[in-house]
Amino acid sequence: MLDADFFRRWMTAAAASVDREAERLTALDSPIGDADHGSNLQRGFRAVTDALAKEPPATPGAVLTQAGRLLISTVGGASGPLYGTLLRRTGKSLGDAAEVDAGQLAEALRAGVDAVRQLGGAAPGDKTMIDALVPAVEALGDSFAAARTAAEEGAVATTPLQARKGRASYLGERSIGHQDPGATSAALLIAALVDASAETEGDGE
Amino acid sequence: MSEAGLVGIVLVSHSAAVAASVAELAKGLAGAGTAVPVAPAGGTESGDFGTSAELIAAAAASVDRGAGVAVLTDLGSAVLTVKALLAEGDELPEGTRLVDAPFVEGAVAAVVTASTGADLAAVEAAAAEAYAYRKV
Repeated sequence: MLDADFFRRWMTAAAASVDREAERLTALDSPIGDADHGSNLQRGFRAVTDALAKEPPATPGAVLTQAGRLLISTVGGASGPLYGTLLRRTGKSLGDAAEVDAGQLAEALRAGVDAVRQLGGAAPGDKTMIDALVPAVEALGDSFAAARTAAEEGAVATTPLQARKGRASYLGERSIGHQDPGATSAALLIAALVDASAETEGDGE
Repeated sequence: MSEAGLVGIVLVSHSAAVAASVAELAKGLAGAGTAVPVAPAGGTESGDFGTSAELIAAAAASVDRGAGVAVLTDLGSAVLTVKALLAEGDELPEGTRLVDAPFVEGAVAAVVTASTGADLAAVEAAAAEAYAYRKV
């Protein structure tokens, strides 16, 4: 079972990955975006980890709801409301349970991804974070590791696509040949689930 | 003249200067002495280009006179942030609405309409109607 502590570790692991990969995310965002994706997410996830360390919420749902709210208010770019909505809706779907199982997380994350699709209007193939998140949710029923692989493959598969959402879409065909920064950071978020669960091995995750 | 009952207008742009200037322009074109509460929410809190949920929430609170708040945005994260805040349910005043309108023309239409004491639906309709104004 996954408790509030697991979800705090997930957010902490995501923040660490974003820190580690910030330069790469910003570099990916340079040719087709406005070169701020890494630094924007760094600011957001630092705010999340600071708040979670200061006053740890008691339930999985509350951890994600608070993290989402903070991302919306601190990121400053489109990824703030998108990731914020993803986590907040996932958190709301988990409700007040003190512990959830991996299947419940998969279902909640599916609701979160649906909310992101509704907010941004992106569909699979539009060269957005959706291209990493949708396959990740599909694979989450198997294992976190499978979800990570699916998300990473989904992110890599955005390279030949033409962007149809966001600033990159103004570039038309010139957006082809670049891996989408949002799909790349989404894969980091999913991969952080593996990091968070690695720390629980032995206590019956 | 009291502002009570007038719809408030919030203008959200990636640029603080754009939001402030459009607010000034709209109030100027609405006529001297207009009492419509208009607040810009431009850029990030640190003064960079971007969108700040905090500035948006503060602007909306500052123009809320109980008759609703019409929020106009430019693009991208401005739109998404307002939508995400509205979905949150408790960060914006009751009766806050994202209005689908061109930023400059919509702002002028919204402020002029609000200055007549029109309700939120009428302000929203006037702003949205600005899309129909053809230039060629």
